[in-house]
Amino acid sequence: MAMLHIVNKSPYEKGALESCLNHALEGDTVILIEDGVYACVKGGRAANALASVKGIRFAALSADLKARGIGEDKMTEGVDVVDYGGFVDLVTSCDKTESWL
Amino acid sequence: MKLGIVVNEGPYTHEASDTAYNFVVAALEKGHEIFRVFFYHDGVNNATRLTVPPQDDRNIQQKWTDLQAKHDLDLVVCIAAAQRRGILDENEMKRQGKDAYNIAPGFRISGLGQLIEAGIQCDRLVTFGD
Repeated sequence: MAMLHIVNKSPYEKGALESCLNHALEGDTVILIEDGVYACVKGGRAANALASVKGIRFAALSADLKARGIGEDKMTEGVDVVDYGGFVDLVTSCDKTESWL
Repeated sequence: MKLGIVVNEGPYTHEASDTAYNFVVAALEKGHEIFRVFFYHDGVNNATRLTVPPQDDRNIQQKWTDLQAKHDLDLVVCIAAAQRRGILDENEMKRQGKDAYNIAPGFRISGLGQLIEAGIQCDRLVTFGD
């Protein structure tokens, strides 16, 4: 029962990502959208938190990364960049979705 | 696959309505069915036809209205949330004794049962909001 966790809040503003990581199970996927993509910035506290989690796939929405100037050079490793079509595919390939609002 | 969408945030607040819109467009392009889009809480504000954004900005309400017309989407506005925020259709205007109504074309006002039904009928329910 893989779950897709959707995080749309900056980890430097709200505790949504932290709560999500505390509940996500092995085999789940976390997609970072809207301000949630700030977690991808290399060297940040949140990026280090992502790196320390094992068995969970991370993805980030390309349009929201671009809107915030987070280019490839600023991205932490281990996060797949997906477009809206990729977001739809994650929703349909996981059994359930949970939005951490 | 049959998808249900919930929008809990008003237009021009953060990005939820834009994200939901782009998600719906992408899902339709991939051949999925959008069973319903349910506008709840401040999300009901997406359904007023009286918004007049600057010309160089997107008109979020109009985008939903146009998408509905193109794909015959079921855009449902929660009645209790709508009444609190002054979103009325013609029936509600008469019933509440008001002098105007403002629901945009393509949206309809209904109850929370529509959200429950979407939760039961859809393969996935995806929430966008604050």
